[in-house]
Amino acid sequence: MLNNLLVSVGFNPEPLDVFAIIIAGLLSNNIILVQFLGICPFLGVSKKPGSALGMGLAVTAVMVITCVVTYPIFTYILVPLGIEYLEIVVFILVIAALVQMLEMILKKFSPGLYSALGIYLPLVTTNCAILGIAEKVIAYTVVDGVITMTYTLTSAVLQGLFYGLGFTLAIVLLAGMRQKVDKLNIPKSLKGFPITMITACFMAMAFYVFTLLK
Amino acid sequence: MKKGRLKEIALDGVIRQNPTFRLVLGTCPTLALTTAAASCLGMGAAVTFVLICSNVIISLLRNVIPDKVRIPCFIVIIASFVTLVRMFMQAYIPDLYATLGVFLPLIVVNCIILGRAEGFASHNPVGESALDGLFMGIGFTLALTAMGIFREVLAYGTIFGSDLWTGPVIGVDPQTGATAYGPKFTIGFFGSNAGAFLTYALFIAVFSAIYNAVERKAHKKAARKASLAAAAVAVEEVQNAQ
Repeated sequence: MLNNLLVSVGFNPEPLDVFAIIIAGLLSNNIILVQFLGICPFLGVSKKPGSALGMGLAVTAVMVITCVVTYPIFTYILVPLGIEYLEIVVFILVIAALVQMLEMILKKFSPGLYSALGIYLPLVTTNCAILGIAEKVIAYTVVDGVITMTYTLTSAVLQGLFYGLGFTLAIVLLAGMRQKVDKLNIPKSLKGFPITMITACFMAMAFYVFTLLK
Repeated sequence: MKKGRLKEIALDGVIRQNPTFRLVLGTCPTLALTTAAASCLGMGAAVTFVLICSNVIISLLRNVIPDKVRIPCFIVIIASFVTLVRMFMQAYIPDLYATLGVFLPLIVVNCIILGRAEGFASHNPVGESALDGLFMGIGFTLALTAMGIFREVLAYGTIFGSDLWTGPVIGVDPQTGATAYGPKFTIGFFGSNAGAFLTYALFIAVFSAIYNAVERKAHKKAARKASLAAAAVAVEEVQNAQ
């Protein structure tokens, strides 16, 4: 149904399965608990559910915009020029510039949203989840020197959106658990990072079940 | 370089500010790659190389780079070296290149490297910055490899890819005469994602417990020395008064 809807508004998502991307992004291929990308903010910004949600939404927004921008840059500029190997340098610069621009736009047009997300935006630049997804969606195969992209632009953007939402889901869930866990009386050397990781360990066990959905 | 500075930098990098266990930086590759000790060594070597090179270049340019645009400059320098490492590995060590996968380009956003660029190389001379990069890299590699060995032994019963033990003998192959072994006894949990989090948590907890105990002992020793010295001074004063 979602596929039909997308076709009716002009997207041509074939041979793309939107449902599969949603399940993979949110659950079975969750960017944090299954792929281990973006662990630093996951452990660092998960003290309160509110700030976790802010961080999650900032990551999602930047991830979508990154996919929208880096995919065409790779296919229409780097590949024709034969300089695919520059992708790391180009992508990281594009991401840094995008984050800076998003921060300026939010500050000017939406101060409310800026005060909610603004402090998390600079952290997003060096978040490996963003660069990881940008690298993932430009996967390609080379046959006889001809480069064929694995995903279409629509698929790349949808993946950016749902992996970002998967990130939000995981970080908000962890923040909810930390509200209780941080109040417990535990050995001194387990306080801080170790107990957070043990909490994440149980989450990873739960998400392991989803990986069987594939 | 001042005398004793080398020892200080080495101790900082490997123990006092160990990037993995004390600062908890660069967690993504730590969790994802520690299922095999060999890939930990490869990742550690790549990170160490990038750390040394970027520290040297950033330290050389520390008076040239304007303060306002320093972070983008640092990132471009780091990204160039990561691209170099990536091309080298793709050409000469394709197996390792495939194992490290997406975590090789992600060295760019590894907080250890940007953290050392910002916190050390941008205001220290070249020699010290290079040494700092080297020892931080060694600290990272040692930590990763220790976790890698722990997980690999428990989850697969191997170390650097070679078998440590075999399953029970279940008979002899009638055609070849080779002994047939049953399934190995292993704890597969440690190879899973949940096992990665648990292992990392245990390693940090044990490391900080030992570290704090040693620190406390050193403090006590210093305090005792100070109190002995004070007592000696007091005795001397009393003798002088008499």
